[in-house]
Amino acid sequence: MLTYTDFLLAMPLFSLTVTVLLIIATEAARVGRARFSQFLAITGLLVTSLLAGLNLRESGVAFQGMIATDAASSYLTILLSLAGIVTALVARPYFEHRDAHRGEFYILLLFAIIGMVLMASANDLITLFLGIELMSFCLYVLAGFERTKDKQNESALKYFLLGAFASAFLLYGIALIYGSVGSTNLDAIARAYAGISNQPLFLLGTAMLIVGLGFKVAAVPFHMWAPDVYEGAPTVVTGFMATAGKSAAFAALAIVMIRTFDIGGSTTADVLALLAAASMVLGNVVAIAQTNLKRMLAYSSVAHAGYLLAGVAAGTAEGFAGVFLYLTAYTVTTLGAFAVIGWHERTNDEGTSLDDYVGLSQHQPVIAAVMALYMFSLTGIPPFAGFIGKYYVFMAAVRADLTWLAIVGVLTSAVSAFYYLRVIVMMYFRERDGEHIPLPRIPVMIALGITAALVIVVGVLPSTVLQLFMPAM
Amino acid sequence: MVPLSHYLFLSAVLFMTGAVGVLTRRNAIIVFMSIELMLNSVNLTLVAFSSFLGNVTGQMLVFFVMTVAAAEAAVGLAIIIAIYRRKQTVNLDEINLLKW
Repeated sequence: MLTYTDFLLAMPLFSLTVTVLLIIATEAARVGRARFSQFLAITGLLVTSLLAGLNLRESGVAFQGMIATDAASSYLTILLSLAGIVTALVARPYFEHRDAHRGEFYILLLFAIIGMVLMASANDLITLFLGIELMSFCLYVLAGFERTKDKQNESALKYFLLGAFASAFLLYGIALIYGSVGSTNLDAIARAYAGISNQPLFLLGTAMLIVGLGFKVAAVPFHMWAPDVYEGAPTVVTGFMATAGKSAAFAALAIVMIRTFDIGGSTTADVLALLAAASMVLGNVVAIAQTNLKRMLAYSSVAHAGYLLAGVAAGTAEGFAGVFLYLTAYTVTTLGAFAVIGWHERTNDEGTSLDDYVGLSQHQPVIAAVMALYMFSLTGIPPFAGFIGKYYVFMAAVRADLTWLAIVGVLTSAVSAFYYLRVIVMMYFRERDGEHIPLPRIPVMIALGITAALVIVVGVLPSTVLQLFMPAM
Repeated sequence: MVPLSHYLFLSAVLFMTGAVGVLTRRNAIIVFMSIELMLNSVNLTLVAFSSFLGNVTGQMLVFFVMTVAAAEAAVGLAIIIAIYRRKQTVNLDEINLLKW
């Protein structure tokens, strides 16, 4: 039986779907140009985040147990909408500059966000699988959005082949878990978990699930696609998939591993802790050797996946809160950093190398200052958002007897300071001899303003943010 | 009656065949076919579980997987065609602008 509450709980999903159908209709009828689609997309995302905000204090299960809405999923919907808004703002100047501004971009962007919201509010492995696939298909196409560019085509193909390969593992994992529990509903699996958590069939299913989701979050050893895809894709798309894509995948991972499986202290938690340590070490060490800023941030995103996995491996409510807080910090910071890179990039794809940023502070002091803010936040220097995120996940790891993992995390953060601060050194302490780059257009300025303000707000008022998605804490 | 383990074993072998195909073949189309083989082996697992558990959820999931696989074919082949138009090849070893 469908009730009125079902629709109320799924309201953000409906508003996104209506918006995307509207955009498709206007695109098909050719009434508006791409900028009209952009306007519709931003309006729809604003409405969605408003509706999700109204759902923040609601919780319940809708559509025969397929979807569960609670504070955490509503909060993540707001975060994903925000990432969508920032991406839509930055996309128009970026693509117009390249003569590639088309309405399809916003259709794919919104479909991807629908998939992500589905993942964050999944209460059934079927919903989870559909959400992941919807998100992934849109991201494959977005990665190769400018069809005439070889680099983007290659990035899309690599992402597609490895992504589909990982999806097959994820699906096999779902099938094996279904076989050992007899249901795909997460509540049913949670009830059966204590009795079956040591069955080989169930453990194999869990391992396959970790492989599939580990690929989506780009954790070592499933990270090999990330540097190539991040470097080859259009910069606005890279920013979107590095932040929103990772947030949705980590929300799914946290929901399955912490809420459903209750992995705290089990072998599964140990495996996740090992993956976390490997991601932190490899991501940070290889990032040092990178000269292209996009590629460097790709390896840095592998390292951040490691920090986030530490929160998941803790397996406690504290870890869950830490993961969500970290996702907020990482999303606002990295979106901003990619917005700066997208502005600095030339139409021939040059201008993303570290050397191109030499002396940016003499040339565009405001943008250089904002970029420095993002780099401080990514390093984890207080009082910025990145520090608070790290503090909460490492605290959760220590309380869950994973002190060694927290130590690895702190040490690798120190290593990461080297390459993040190198960007600042390049911008501030070298003489400029490069070309003159005009100030970004107003939408990009707004996007930078929003993200920079949030980096500081999340860093200064973490408990306010925490209460949004964890009313009990 | 054929026991459940036979079905599971067969689908595991098919899944491994697909996985080995993805890792060893260099033609993008063959790699893609191997992935489809993996998805279909999962479908076999799901149908077998569904039948032996007397529970219809597995068969329902199979329909979703088939739909997803069809969408995946549309997206994947479009990407492969876009590459072929530019480079006249779908050999993965020759698609190497980015450091793999």
